Amino acid sequence: MTTMKPRPKPDVFNKAFWEHANQGRLTVQRCDDCAHSHYPGTPVCPGCLSSKQSWVPVSGRGELLSWVRFHRAYWDGFREDVPYAVILVGLEEGPMMLSNLLGAEPEDLQIGDKLEVAFDRVDAELMLPKFRKAGAGA
Amino acid sequence: MNTAFHKLKDRIAVVGVGNTAYGNFPHTDDYGLGAEAFRNALADCGLEKNQVDGLGVCRLPYYARMGEILGLNPRWTVQFPAHGRMSAMAIIEAAAALDAGLCDYAALIYANIGRSRRVNYGGEESPGVWDPFGFTSPGAAHAMMFQRHMALYGTTTRQLAEVSVAVRHHACLNPDAVMKQPITIEDHENARPITAPLRLLDYCLINDGAVCLILTTKERAKDLKKKPVLISGIGAREAYTGSSISNFNLNFWHDEVQDVAQQVYGMAGVGPKDIDALMCYDNFSPTVLFSLEGLGFCKQGESGSFVEGGALRVGGRLPTNTDGGHLSNSYMQGWALNVEAVRQVRGECGARQVKDAEVVQFVATTPCSRSIIYTPG
Repeated sequence: MTTMKPRPKPDVFNKAFWEHANQGRLTVQRCDDCAHSHYPGTPVCPGCLSSKQSWVPVSGRGELLSWVRFHRAYWDGFREDVPYAVILVGLEEGPMMLSNLLGAEPEDLQIGDKLEVAFDRVDAELMLPKFRKAGAGA
Repeated sequence: MNTAFHKLKDRIAVVGVGNTAYGNFPHTDDYGLGAEAFRNALADCGLEKNQVDGLGVCRLPYYARMGEILGLNPRWTVQFPAHGRMSAMAIIEAAAALDAGLCDYAALIYANIGRSRRVNYGGEESPGVWDPFGFTSPGAAHAMMFQRHMALYGTTTRQLAEVSVAVRHHACLNPDAVMKQPITIEDHENARPITAPLRLLDYCLINDGAVCLILTTKERAKDLKKKPVLISGIGAREAYTGSSISNFNLNFWHDEVQDVAQQVYGMAGVGPKDIDALMCYDNFSPTVLFSLEGLGFCKQGESGSFVEGGALRVGGRLPTNTDGGHLSNSYMQGWALNVEAVRQVRGECGARQVKDAEVVQFVATTPCSRSIIYTPG
């Protein structure tokens, strides 16, 4: 049996992100007052310091900004996956996210290629927002 | 830009430097190493221990225990966290404190026992937001930056290898250095990948050791043993936005280091062409490339060709990390590089001495970018 991969340990400000993700919605935190969008979530808006912020769905579209291939397993749960890739995605709405690529290897893509979110269910409580090449289909 | 800080130019001197041996020392601890470096720095400048009335400690667990061990009861104390970016931050804070008269002689002590304690820079030891995707470690963040640099500018891993090969060459000339075997570009290309595109030889060492610098005002420096080395320029800029992806910046901290360059060169009244040697924070080899671009030694995207052909070696166009840096001398997180800058200005570097070194620059390109220019007093 494989040792478990690390799971999200969201703080009080980021719980909602994972609740939305488990429903298949990719969200970022947006300030109700100035519309500043960011991820991870923050106690106050980094733009205007307002406490009024909401988790809002994003398009799920973004571009490949960079990637790295791990040849070392820093957790036992990833030991069978090495060498695995982690990608950096720039969302259309601005925030950047680290994730994994589904259905292709980053070596086959170019920096700047369009991506779209593709949820990857781990178990009943957890769905991870991952990405695939835009237009690649389910 | 407010240039009021320029008044610190040539006001503060580094008067004493000291370090321990570098390696694996399970028989001692952080404090033991720190005490040895302090003793060596005192001997270097000829001060009596009890003249030291300012204490800055970094990566040591508890400033008061360090003070107790050294028998010091100073009137200025600052504790800096165990982050690599702290060395020049601490030196600049000490300079400001000395200039303000908060202390007369400041000792800055850094100790690292990470080797014998088997410190890991990732995974369970530093949990983060991105763990579920398998992302961790400062090395991986630098790998992502270098991947992007390759894509945007055509930089190659062979060019990156020039950094590791040059600083290893310097380590071979430094009796204190951990790594003593020369390496080639082919060795770099064939090294084990860790977080591709980075390989083992792109990573800093993890070793035990300690470093101490003693600073005072230019006036007080005249009475001490060695020729003072003046702090002629300082520059500083943070990049906290986006730091949830730690140790990463999509534009290689270029804007921040350009800002730092403007401050440090403006204050010192010199430019990149005047720099005799560069001491560049090299946690990972790509950081050196980003630093060269930010400081203006070359244009953005041109660092790969800048470093080709051994440009960073002593005798090359820009001798860099003449002690062997973090990659091959010792993982003293910037502290040993500042000591090396002082020793280069003093002309104490033996086989690795840069001829007539008078303007030596330290730079750390990190979320807290810093630079210091050292000149003879």
